[in-house]
Amino acid sequence: MALPQETTNATEERIASLTLAEGGWSAPARKDALARLREMGLPVRRDEYWKYTRPDSLTQVGATEAAALPPETPVFDGVDRLRLVFVDGVFDAEASDDLSLEGVTVERLAEIADRDIHWARDLYGVLEARGQTPVARPLAALNTAFATDGAVIHVHGKPSKPIQLFYLHADPSSDAILHHLIKVDSGAEATILESGPAAARFNKAMEVEVADGGVLHHVRTQGRDHERRAATHSFVRVGAGAEFRSFTMTVNGILTRNEMVVELVGDNGLAHVAGVCAGDGEFHHDDTVFITHDAEDCESRQVFKKVLRNGATGVFQGKILVKPGAQRTDGYQISQSLLLDDDSQFLAKPELEIYADDVACSHGSTSGAIDDDQLFYLRARGVPEDQAVDLLTLAFLAEAMEEVADPELAEMMLSRLEDWLSRRR
Amino acid sequence: MLKIENLHVKLEEEDKQILKGVNLEVEAGKVHAIMGPNGSGKSTLSYVLSGRDGYEVTEGSASLEGEDLLEMEPEERAAIGLFLAFQYPVEIPGVGNMTFLRTAVNAQRKARGEEEMSASDFLKLVREKAKTLKIDADMLKRPVNVGFSGGEKKRNEILQMAMLEPKMCLLDETDSGLDVDAMKLVSDGVNALRNEGRGFLVITHYQRLLDHIKPDVVHIMADGRIVKTGGPELALEVENNGYADILAEVA
Repeated sequence: MALPQETTNATEERIASLTLAEGGWSAPARKDALARLREMGLPVRRDEYWKYTRPDSLTQVGATEAAALPPETPVFDGVDRLRLVFVDGVFDAEASDDLSLEGVTVERLAEIADRDIHWARDLYGVLEARGQTPVARPLAALNTAFATDGAVIHVHGKPSKPIQLFYLHADPSSDAILHHLIKVDSGAEATILESGPAAARFNKAMEVEVADGGVLHHVRTQGRDHERRAATHSFVRVGAGAEFRSFTMTVNGILTRNEMVVELVGDNGLAHVAGVCAGDGEFHHDDTVFITHDAEDCESRQVFKKVLRNGATGVFQGKILVKPGAQRTDGYQISQSLLLDDDSQFLAKPELEIYADDVACSHGSTSGAIDDDQLFYLRARGVPEDQAVDLLTLAFLAEAMEEVADPELAEMMLSRLEDWLSRRR
Repeated sequence: MLKIENLHVKLEEEDKQILKGVNLEVEAGKVHAIMGPNGSGKSTLSYVLSGRDGYEVTEGSASLEGEDLLEMEPEERAAIGLFLAFQYPVEIPGVGNMTFLRTAVNAQRKARGEEEMSASDFLKLVREKAKTLKIDADMLKRPVNVGFSGGEKKRNEILQMAMLEPKMCLLDETDSGLDVDAMKLVSDGVNALRNEGRGFLVITHYQRLLDHIKPDVVHIMADGRIVKTGGPELALEVENNGYADILAEVA
């Protein structure tokens, strides 16, 4: 079907503002992605998949200015980690750690253009292209075509510490596009941390292959600058007996859309995707998740909790697709919001699509306020109202926070949420 | 200790008068019981005293050691020493029982300008108190009242009372939902807290709780008023003859 002229024009205008990298092993993949983008066109408001989130500021030419707040103490400070620093999407070698670490090879996408790394070539744009059906994700195709850099991480052992992608935002009009590739070999295990506001506008894609028996933990925080915008995509393929566990905490940012596309392609695989977000005012946060069960005996979880106040908006679009033959699938999806006032809203679209007969899938979605009985009970025991509300808010988030396997990381993120609760009232 | 004078209360939403002039004084060291048929206003009295929303005081006063309770927030009432043991203790998923207790203890201390209790002192104290109420480590770790049996919930209320050491304890139908053994355990817990400085107001529908927690004074409440006051023998009279006789007598 031909695209409306308006969409074609907007898409071409955006493409014209960007530079397609020539040469190198990724060139064919980038050209293919560009063709996909042209075919799909950039998203517009009337697209079903963008019903709850306005795509305009993510698709327009150039980023809307966003003030960069002075840096705060990084959330994962104190964790022994290997740190890659990107400032406004540009790698900062000086601020980054030495990239050598036993059990993992860490490189930069921009530096390996001339070296043909087979696994990277086999992954770049491949999972993204697969993730375009049944739902189009044009911003991800744009990313594949025009990404300027990214981390290329090959986990072949069990590195002793997490690898952190640390994103700083300095330039108020920065428009960053990063594309990461992560391959976890059979039996290997690693933790990837991501944090920081990144840019005025951040388009990030990540393609992840977890081979049979591999384990990848992904823990991400998205802060902190109030005006920043982000559209992120994670495309993940999980092999037999492999595990992918992802958790995201988002505090502030005017617009965040996180798309998570996971395929369970080997028997006994596991995928847990969880998140909490805390938002004020113009804050708009969208979790769009698509998990496909394409093998037997796999387990998937989607656990999303949003705390909203002062007119903030939370969105959840989550799907579990169980393909024919994916017997004994164990799927669970929960999305909940806690609205701290009457001005905030939560929009949810949970979906299940099941083509196998021996399947246990459940889902739920709720939206509510602080429970009056619980609040009175706490106050009757002497806990002041504000403190009681904070305690109940953190209790509401607990189910999602429990998805963070590492208690130290969970504690660090919890303290950020406590700060947020105390800061804005 | 607790002084209630001519208290009139109506439900905010329904414009319905529930308490129609309650007069009551509980002295330090004494246990008063309020008995009465369903709908007489017993639970409303406990909620109004502890500061629950939804009630409007139209006349009268209530004070604890001379401090006007009705002007205070619920947490302020707790901090000056008022404690309500709930008829239906509330479940709070996601908040550990221990965290809850410690938060409450330290919030009250802070409100009174006292130092917070250290983690180790707190732990020692809570273990000691929990043991006498047969509350095990697992119950302390679990979320507040979640998955607790009726008896466990009531024991948990008494544990909170023991930890917070209030001056004035209101017990709202603490016997409801308890079997004989649980009632004994809960009563023993309450009796252990009886001392010269502490007052108790025990609200109950049945006399049987008062076999275990022996009252000094018994009040009969009907239609929003205290209609008769006497000694422990009044509770036995209710047990033997029901409320009808007494109500007919005062009518």
